[in-house]
Formats: sequence, C-alpha cells, structure tokens
Amino acid sequence: MARINRKRKRGTPAISTASLPDIIFILLFFFMVVTVMKDSTLKVEVNYPYATELQKLEKKSLVSYIYIGSPQKQYREKYGSAPRIQLNDAFKEIKDLKIFMEQEKQAVAENQRSRMTASIRADKDVTMGIITDVKTELRKINQLKVNYSSKPRTDDL
Amino acid sequence: MARREAPEVNAGSMADIAFLLLIFFLVTTTIDVDKGITVKLPPWSDEPPPEMKLNERNVYSVLVNANDELLVRGQLMRPGDLRENTKIFIANPQALSNMAESPKKAIISLKNDRGTSYEAYIKVYNELKAAYNELWDEEAEKKFGRTYNELEYEQKKALRADIPLVISEAEPTSFGE
Repeated sequence: MARINRKRKRGTPAISTASLPDIIFILLFFFMVVTVMKDSTLKVEVNYPYATELQKLEKKSLVSYIYIGSPQKQYREKYGSAPRIQLNDAFKEIKDLKIFMEQEKQAVAENQRSRMTASIRADKDVTMGIITDVKTELRKINQLKVNYSSKPRTDDL
Repeated sequence: MARREAPEVNAGSMADIAFLLLIFFLVTTTIDVDKGITVKLPPWSDEPPPEMKLNERNVYSVLVNANDELLVRGQLMRPGDLRENTKIFIANPQALSNMAESPKKAIISLKNDRGTSYEAYIKVYNELKAAYNELWDEEAEKKFGRTYNELEYEQKKALRADIPLVISEAEPTSFGE
C-alpha cells in the first residue's frame, strides 16, 4: 500500500489529445456529406420568397433549375436591370427553354424522365409576367412538374 | 535478448491535416434550400378550353391585382385570412347555400396580373395549398387517427379523391406591366 502511494503523481495530469483527430474527422465527414458543390454561378440576383407548405426535392439529378431575377451589378451595364432568365451559366431567352429541357432530358435515364422537375428559382421581387411566360413555355414543352423554390417562413401573415 | 519494437508513427499532425480539410469543406459548403411548393401545371392545348357551366356557389374566385391586393369573391381580404376562409368554403361545415356543395365540387379559381409580384403570388398560392393540406390532415385524423403524411399510399389516394385539390389558374390580365 505504501508503495502505491509513493508512485502517485502530483499535479494535474495532461489531458490526452489522442482522440482529437477522431473528433475532427467526424466533423470533416459531416461536412463532406452535406456539402453540395455549386454547379453554376449565379448571374442574377435571387432572393427566395417565403412559404410554409414546402416539399423537399428528392433526387438532385432529376431537377433542372431555372433562375429568374435582375442581373447582378456587374452585368447591369450590358443587360440592364429588367428580370432575366438564367439557364446553366448564361442569360437565356424564353425560347431557349425548349433546348435546355431537351438537354436535361438526355442526361436522365428513360424510365426516370416522367419524374423530372423544373425548379423555378425566382427572385421574390420579379413580376408575374416573366413567370407566366416561363410557365406557358413549360406547358408547351410538356414539362408539367414544377417547383417554386421558397424558404421556410415561421411568422404569421 | 532485447525485443526491437516497430517505431511508432507520429500521429500528432493528423489533427492538423484533418483541420485543413475541415476548413476547406466548411468554406465551400452552401447548405442549399432545395425546398419549394410543388405544383402540377395543366397540359397545353392550342384550342381554347370548352365553356363549362359551373354553379357559382362552387367557385371560389381569388384575384391578385398589380398592387398585390387580394380580392376574394369580390371582397378585399387580408392574405392572413385567406387560409381559414378557403377551408370554410371547401368544407362548408354549416352547409351554407353560397359555399361549396361538397369538397369534390369545390373549385378554387386563381387569377393574377402580369404586374403582380412573385412574392404575393407565392404567398396566396401557399395559403390555398395550406388550406387543402389542413383539410386533409383533419380528415385523416377523423378517419384514421393519424396525420395525412403518416397514411399509406392507398389511404392518401382515397382521401384525395374525397377532397381533390383543384386550383385552376386563369390566364393573367396585363394591366400592371
């Protein structure tokens, strides 16, 4: 007994940092999994509207994004500030939607094509004129599943 | 005989490497909003739709003008009141003669202007959809004792046949653009 007492160290023992890499790795994996690499740089300003009845878009590969909003500051000189449509990485016109959706369709397996969704990511301050035109064009090319991207709202109207 | 041990690999820098990677992913992460209101558009046809004779009591007309004002059945309404009023119209709990005969016959007619803001449109559409979602939930609670989302596919289908979602959108006017 006396011997054990003598062997006991005095002062506070150092905290082991051996598990620190593990903790960091767990964090790392979390962020790796949730990360979505940006696939296109926005050329239009988009602030989503708020809504409560939101549905999650399940399969990313089945979703085609249509951005609508005023061109960002650095493009204003060339394109003005009226709302424009952006598909992939460039400003486009309504009539280009057809080719765009056709290209998107090619990337999807045939049996999945009916599940494709067009996600309209429009700025909340644009007017319905351009949205209606896009909707009409989507109906004409038979892309009927549409999602209006919105952010969750918590306060009452 | 002295036993030779394999030299231990120094793991001290492991944390640093992991930290670097972590910071990289932290910076590049954009937790994206990939949520929204899902709608199904009606198919396009070049012919004008056939004139339908509808009983006026079954039609709930919702108008949003270029100033984002809401007119419901000819009367101004706050967007905050729309959900409750729509629910009453569809379910018609008191069996009033100026509201839907049955949920199956109820039609919501939504019309906006080309000058209406997208924000106002989404707000109104959201309220109309919310009215249906709440009705489905209440009905599911009554019939099955569960919320709508917990139901089986078949049960959902049966429920939706009883209270079908009919939001008909008219071609917008163009006063405000």
